[in-house]
Amino acid sequence: MSLPILLALFIVASVIGYKVISDVPSLLHTPLMSGSNALSGVTVLGALTVAAVAKAPGHKFPGAIAIVLAMINVVGGFLVTHKMLRMFKKGTESEGRKNVIG
Amino acid sequence: MSSVNLLGLLFVAGTVWGIKLMSSPATAVKGNLLGSVSMAGAIILTLVSEGIVSLPLLWVAIAIGTLFGYYMAVKVAMIQMPQMVALLNGFGGGSSAVVSLLALLGVLGDISTADRLTSGLGLIIGGITLSGSIIAAAKLHGKMSQRPIIFKGQSTWNNLTLLATGVLFISLLMIPSDGISQPAFWILVLSLAYGVLFTIRVGGADMPITISLLNSFSGIAASISGFAVRNPLLVAIGAIVGASGLILTRLMCKAMNRSLAQVLAGKTVLLVGKPTAEIGTPDVDSVSQKERAVTDKDQDDFLSQLRDAKSVIVIPGYGMALAQAQHEVKKFADALEDMNKQVRFAIHPVAGRMPGHMNVLLAEADVPYDKLYEMSDINDEFKETDVVIVVGANDVVNPAANTAEGTPIYGMPILKAYEAKHVVIFNLDTKPGYAGVDNPLYSEDTVTLVLGDAKETIPQALSGLSRSINPA
Repeated sequence: MSLPILLALFIVASVIGYKVISDVPSLLHTPLMSGSNALSGVTVLGALTVAAVAKAPGHKFPGAIAIVLAMINVVGGFLVTHKMLRMFKKGTESEGRKNVIG
Repeated sequence: MSSVNLLGLLFVAGTVWGIKLMSSPATAVKGNLLGSVSMAGAIILTLVSEGIVSLPLLWVAIAIGTLFGYYMAVKVAMIQMPQMVALLNGFGGGSSAVVSLLALLGVLGDISTADRLTSGLGLIIGGITLSGSIIAAAKLHGKMSQRPIIFKGQSTWNNLTLLATGVLFISLLMIPSDGISQPAFWILVLSLAYGVLFTIRVGGADMPITISLLNSFSGIAASISGFAVRNPLLVAIGAIVGASGLILTRLMCKAMNRSLAQVLAGKTVLLVGKPTAEIGTPDVDSVSQKERAVTDKDQDDFLSQLRDAKSVIVIPGYGMALAQAQHEVKKFADALEDMNKQVRFAIHPVAGRMPGHMNVLLAEADVPYDKLYEMSDINDEFKETDVVIVVGANDVVNPAANTAEGTPIYGMPILKAYEAKHVVIFNLDTKPGYAGVDNPLYSEDTVTLVLGDAKETIPQALSGLSRSINPA
């Protein structure tokens, strides 16, 4: 894909991203950050490509490291976001409410 | 449009829709799942469309990364979330730096000047993100002091590092292909050095801004390395993350009354602040007198205030998290609710060590999210409130932010706890908060100070309250 098209894509994605993310309430900013953090592991796509086409071992090895790092980012990010989001409960859903006084 | 591009577009749309679902706690779990499915799709699409799906090396690397990521996510406690996110940011940035470096070295074939430009930028931003995030994570995890590390001529060194990186970057664009590896290597080294120089001078309370910024960097680095490898998915999703981090950075700056330029220049709280001893030494005296004066009678006073209160607002701070007192606070709040009082939680945007950190910590303690209020939604209600309970928070309720011109927190928006009829503060001590400014609230007549570990003082107050209602 040519550079001008990629550049246009970059701008459009930034603007849409900005718009959508502005609607996320501060209540969910930590999960938003860990979730978007997982998304930044998308660089694994580039890592896969370079590791695959690299011929010299001195290039292949760093490529593989890049895949490992990015996958930690992706998997760790999404899982931890899931773990957090499951804790958010509305008043009526919250269990374990006991009468402490009385 | 080819089927590959069409599928790619679908995955980008899935990612955006996933983030959109993140705007409500009711749909956020689905949003995150949609995001992860889109990512899995993007990975498989790349493997298939590039014809590299059968290479064992790739799968081994994917498996190793997945295992480590899984392990980290399972192990992490909620209070460690900031350092976890910081570390993951660093890994993403590091990966982008490596991808850009390999592209520069010609792994993908001959590269044009435009490719050198994007790869060079990806290398710089990725490198800064990697080392900066590791330092931030180390500080947050207590492996390094949270105090800013400042040495003589630091700004000069920072600027020199940036300048040298810039010069090398320009040379990268002009030299012949076979000489690229030298400048590329030095650019990596200098970027890593700059990441370290930039984050060691950030203090603990400024971490929310720093993490948000590094989050943005990791996205931008990914997006730029997408240019280098000509992968539109990488460009688009990276850009979205970059925008997300930027929004959070701006929000955090606003909440601390700091400009992004100040943060980038390393002008952190403690750097612009006067030495603590100079500010309000007389206050310290009056505070410690009051401290000694917290007697049984005071205890009875605030218990009776609480007993008669109709509305209560709880203000949690990072101190509550450090004391691990969330569950005690939740029990206390439940007890007050059982006495038919309205109980709400007021959350300052920078409470905790990353955006929204306090909400997660309270959610973990089972506090329902519809009881958590943003500062702007609740700040006008303090004057109608009978009792405000502050737990482990200081700077975010410090009225000096309105009046003490020249102090680091001057102009920072605060929760107006001082407007309430009564305030009870459960803090470890009367030391100033991270900003180093004494809190005049401590010596107000309407304020009761309960000093000590909140994990003990809150249950004590709770049993005192039970006794005062049901005297045996």
